[in-house]
Amino acid sequence: MIAFLGELGAWFTDPAHWTGNDSIPLRLGEHIGLSVGGLGLAMLVAIPLGLFIGHTGRGTAVVVSASTIGRAIPSVAILGLAFPVTLTLGWGLGVPPTLLALMILAIPPILTNLYVGLREVDPELRDAATGSGMSGRQLLRRVEWPLALPLVLAGMRTAAVTVVATATIGAILSTGGLGRYIIDGIAQQDYPKMVAGAVLVMLLAFAVEGLFAIIQRRAVSPGLQRQAGPGGVLATPEGRAGGG
Amino acid sequence: MISAAAPTASAVSFEHVEKRYGAGPPAVRDLSLTVPAGEICVLVGPSGCGKTTTMRMVNRLVEPTSGRVLIDDQDVAGLPAVELRRRIGYVIQQVGLFPHLTIGQNVAVVPNLLRWAKADVAERVDELLLLVGLDPETYRDRYPAALSGGERQRVGVARALAARPSVLLMDEPFGAVDPIRRERLQNEFLRIQDELGATVIFVTHDVDEAIKMADRIAILDVGGALTQYDTPNAILSAPASPFVEQFVGADRGLKRLSLSRVGDLPLDQPLLARVGEQRAAVRARLPDDGAFVLLTDGQRRPLGWLSREALNADGPLSDTEAVPGSALLQPESTLRDALSALLAADVQSGVVVDAHDAVLGTISVDAISATLRVDPA
Amino acid sequence: MTPDQPIIDWAWVGRNLDLLLEKTGEHALITVLSVLIGLAIAIPLTITVRRWRPLVGPVLGFTGALYVIPSLALFAFLIPITGLSLTTTLIAMVGYTLLILIRNTLAGLDGVTPELVDVATGLGYGPGQRLWRIEAPLALPVIMAGIRLATVSTIGLVAVAGIIGQGGLGDVIINLGIHAFFATPIIIGTILAATLALAADAGLLALQRALSPWAGRRAVDG
Ligand SMILES: Nc1ncnc2c1ncn2[C@@H]1O[C@H](COP(=O)(O)OP(=O)(O)OP(=O)(O)O)[C@@H](O)[C@H]1O
Ligand SMILES: [Mg+2]
Repeated sequence: MIAFLGELGAWFTDPAHWTGNDSIPLRLGEHIGLSVGGLGLAMLVAIPLGLFIGHTGRGTAVVVSASTIGRAIPSVAILGLAFPVTLTLGWGLGVPPTLLALMILAIPPILTNLYVGLREVDPELRDAATGSGMSGRQLLRRVEWPLALPLVLAGMRTAAVTVVATATIGAILSTGGLGRYIIDGIAQQDYPKMVAGAVLVMLLAFAVEGLFAIIQRRAVSPGLQRQAGPGGVLATPEGRAGGG
Repeated sequence: MISAAAPTASAVSFEHVEKRYGAGPPAVRDLSLTVPAGEICVLVGPSGCGKTTTMRMVNRLVEPTSGRVLIDDQDVAGLPAVELRRRIGYVIQQVGLFPHLTIGQNVAVVPNLLRWAKADVAERVDELLLLVGLDPETYRDRYPAALSGGERQRVGVARALAARPSVLLMDEPFGAVDPIRRERLQNEFLRIQDELGATVIFVTHDVDEAIKMADRIAILDVGGALTQYDTPNAILSAPASPFVEQFVGADRGLKRLSLSRVGDLPLDQPLLARVGEQRAAVRARLPDDGAFVLLTDGQRRPLGWLSREALNADGPLSDTEAVPGSALLQPESTLRDALSALLAADVQSGVVVDAHDAVLGTISVDAISATLRVDPA
Repeated sequence: MTPDQPIIDWAWVGRNLDLLLEKTGEHALITVLSVLIGLAIAIPLTITVRRWRPLVGPVLGFTGALYVIPSLALFAFLIPITGLSLTTTLIAMVGYTLLILIRNTLAGLDGVTPELVDVATGLGYGPGQRLWRIEAPLALPVIMAGIRLATVSTIGLVAVAGIIGQGGLGDVIINLGIHAFFATPIIIGTILAATLALAADAGLLALQRALSPWAGRRAVDG
């Protein structure tokens, strides 16, 4: 154990792992790039869609199917399915299928939580807002969105954690990212490399959680902050989306 | 009480208004009535008779199926809904304060929609919080979750008044608070309305509340038909139909007490003594037939009664000597509320206080019962 | 995987029916074992932390952190100890179920109306009897909702273990599909895994309703 920790330390301090085309900064950058890209694309789709469905109450079937698919299909399967799709479309291997899969995985938690958040706004508050002379847009911007925000951010956090985890698995599609160290470590039976990759991925996942905790505290109105005491039910209706 | 109309008040009229939801029977049927500018019109009637529907047709949250709703002779259907609503105050039973906004921001909603200058909004918010009896420094930056039910109701009223609406719609605004707090809120609102002079449409289930608040009462029957529209006095003395008679109840005589307020009667002036005053000095002022003295603090707020015997010793009066227990009344309380408060407290007379709780005088059970004997017509 | 290939090569499916069946069974078995072991840990642990409330924070904090670790990383931590074995998959899967199971069991038990607990105590139930006869049955819908969520997410996560050859249908998707550039196993594996997840969800929901017929339908649908 001690010996292994020594090897692990040696792996991290080896200057060769800090430069070149398999370096920690490069892999970390790739991983963050993939994750941000996947999450960003998902938000581009899920937020306008969720706002529309949640505000108007039309097209709820879309949300229900997205959330069912998101729960039932394993993340590995989504990666696997994205692969023939991008190949057939001629977009190639590596980044395109991974990005497509990450986007698909991140949509359900964001969409569902945004929808539920908007729908759960007390009808009395909608009535009070409309009766005060707010237009539909103003109602959405000033009342519905801020009230839904805690759930929306919880959905984004679930999505972000899922995306970071699945981006790791994306290494099986010969993408870069920190998953490379783990996959290559397993293949080469290079355990220090494999565990080092795992440590980096774990730290990144923790950082994402921390980041969202900070965003949540900053962006949500103090009037809505309940103590996130222990013992509550899971923060999101999704739980962990599709694994990863 | 007919309050002088403020220059901004507007008359509201319904002309043969009908509202059907879907295919069913109409919720409101051929309704025609006019609320003169600056008056309080109270809609009462059994549950489901269309009170809320009637009210919501004024700010176009509901559109009539046929007929017209006019504000100052302008058909509201021809006015842009959003702008219309910004000049109509709206208070609902559930209050509907926005939980993510502070109390100050809640009150500022409509001024902000109207893009008032920041300084004007801030000034108006403080002015309104004071008006509804909430200290701006204490409450402005709190969130609704930190308020009691009664405090929220006040904020709800303040929010509706923010942009100096000419028309105020109030749907069971005090329905969610206990009777004692409701009485206070009613009194406060009447006090505010005296200055405001807006045209108010007020919905309630409670006949006593209707009699107390209304300049005119509109009684709706199931199916949305108007059965009587008149002053509270006229409705009590001449119910237009058996339905109205049954609705206002068998105790019409007693209900008439709701037509007058404590402030309408001459108050008795008790002998007052202040904490810290020398007993000898008070004794000297006490007439031979006087049995009791009302002890107050430095701000004339009543502490309780002192008997003649308690004055026999010497030295200054302390605040622990008075016997508390007398009911506190406000000039806006109806005689009916005052009577039940006195009977409940098992006392012969109650102390009437102003908005700052300072003594105005006392009123006795006898004085109230005497009004019942006077021919009201 | 070229455009002229058929989307699903049925001949391959026909040749590999036994394998697919075996892998589906393996997938289901890993899932059931994980959830059962998870329950065996979560339930006593929850009862314990309910006695010693200060432990609630640390226990939820630890299982919560475990939950956030990406699965491939968790496998990587275990491989030096337990190798590329089924044990590795099982340990990781059990780890992921803990947060869900503990949180829901805790919420379920804490959610029992205090008056009912009071009445039970007043009627003379001892603490143990009260837990089994009153609190546990009343908490069951929420606990079952946790079991459903844990089961469905475990089915998704097991597939990742295909990377170390211990992932049931994940083996089919990854090793026979992705690595071989062959779409059929990917699609078939996905369909089987999704079917497994939906069937488990529906089965557990039915079980939950049968076990707590008194609970409103809405309350248990979470
Ligand atoms: N949006 C709606 N859609 C369909 N029917 C409605 C709607 N709003 C009200 N109604 C019906 O219209 C009738 C009158 O309703 P309204 O809310 O105006 O009654 P109300 O007098 O305010 O009752 P309450 O005293 O219970 O508040 C009722 O039968 C009600 O069910
Ligand atoms: Mg109503």
